[in-house]
Amino acid sequence: MSNIIEVRNLKKVYGDNVVLRDINADVQSKEVLVVIGPSGSGKSTFLRCLNLLEKPDGGTILIEGKSLMDPTNKIHEIRMELGMVFQRFHLFPHMKVIDNITHAPVHVRKWPVEKARKKALELLEKVGLLDKANAKPDSLSGGQAQRVAIARALAMEPKILLFDEPTSALDPEMVGEVLNVMKDLAKEGMTMVVVTHEMGFAREVGDRVIFMEQGVIVEEGTPAQIFENPKQERTKAFLSKVL
Amino acid sequence: MDFRFDIIIEYLPLLLKGTLWTIGISILAILFGSVLGLGVALGKMSHRGYLRWPASIYVNFFRGTPLLVQILLVHFGVVPLILGSTNAIVAAIVALSLNSAAYMAEIYRAGIQSIDQGQTEAAYSLGMTPGQTMRTIILPQAIKRMIPPFGNEFIVLIKDSSLFAVIAAPELMYWSNAMRSQYFKVWEPYLTAALIYFILTYSLNKLLAYLERRV
Repeated sequence: MSNIIEVRNLKKVYGDNVVLRDINADVQSKEVLVVIGPSGSGKSTFLRCLNLLEKPDGGTILIEGKSLMDPTNKIHEIRMELGMVFQRFHLFPHMKVIDNITHAPVHVRKWPVEKARKKALELLEKVGLLDKANAKPDSLSGGQAQRVAIARALAMEPKILLFDEPTSALDPEMVGEVLNVMKDLAKEGMTMVVVTHEMGFAREVGDRVIFMEQGVIVEEGTPAQIFENPKQERTKAFLSKVL
Repeated sequence: MDFRFDIIIEYLPLLLKGTLWTIGISILAILFGSVLGLGVALGKMSHRGYLRWPASIYVNFFRGTPLLVQILLVHFGVVPLILGSTNAIVAAIVALSLNSAAYMAEIYRAGIQSIDQGQTEAAYSLGMTPGQTMRTIILPQAIKRMIPPFGNEFIVLIKDSSLFAVIAAPELMYWSNAMRSQYFKVWEPYLTAALIYFILTYSLNKLLAYLERRV
């Protein structure tokens, strides 16, 4: 299988604070890569570098062989292939749910409105929110809002989905409904990079798990290796706290 | 004190004509100021120094110097330079537009910066360009929050347009002055002018409050 994302020697600093030092990672097509680690480990920054919401200070990132650092590659075109789901949803509050979903396909992909609407309704059905098509985002619960946010990202038909702690801002009873949607996507073969504190999800759905701490990848392996048989002391220490 | 309603009646057509100019100048100035102000605001927020510096100097100059000085500069300096001779109406519209653009720029900037950064990130992550993001995601949300300060600016602008009497632009204050000089009366012209200005700003206030509820 080919690598759809290749990260080499990625570095990110804020002033004197080195957030990412020398990160190397690959993501294969149709793979679910889960990134775990304590707060401040740099895992969200790593994810946000993948679609250049953070500008790396060194190294290279290739998405389907195209370098994000090459100024001749149009970054907004590369981002079309990388959907992102945020911790705090960031739905567009001035638009109805359906318009949140159709907005980018119509304005960015230049789809006819009818085609975008049809797709949006399919996606809303898929995430179980067809009845909310004409609702305003502020009338949704957290779990519903996050499912709409996933539908919004999917509407662009991206090749990769990035999840930045998608359940961390949710009330506990709503975590399940969002994770279920993500599990379905994984089953359908969506390539996903998921930063999360949900160890159950990492174990069950992840193809590979990366444990990060203090800006470096401490350990990488299958969920079985990481959770049952961690090699590094730091991984063991972290898992003993969260499991 | 004998208050002469008859001279108010006599001057009323001229005062109303002046009021129309006051309204016209103010509306044009707020329109031009809004368009130019958006450009200045975007310049001020730009990462590029060659856009940010001129925008910043612009705002500082027009907010840091008296409007009266700006009016005289435009009337006796800028307009003759461009048109060959001066024209009070043109000078009034130009001076007030330039001035309000500086204040509008700050209103835009505050409005735009009050929108959660996550909105921009979400739009970018969907492949939208910075221009599309600003136009379709940020500005529609920011403009709603800008309505109250925008209303204040419009009201200030209507009142400030009275300064144009000094360059003999035939607006409301100009005709009030004319009335005073003809009859050597103070209360009649200025109280009438004050009442008309008040009616203008008060109804504008009501209109904006209505708009704010509707949007």
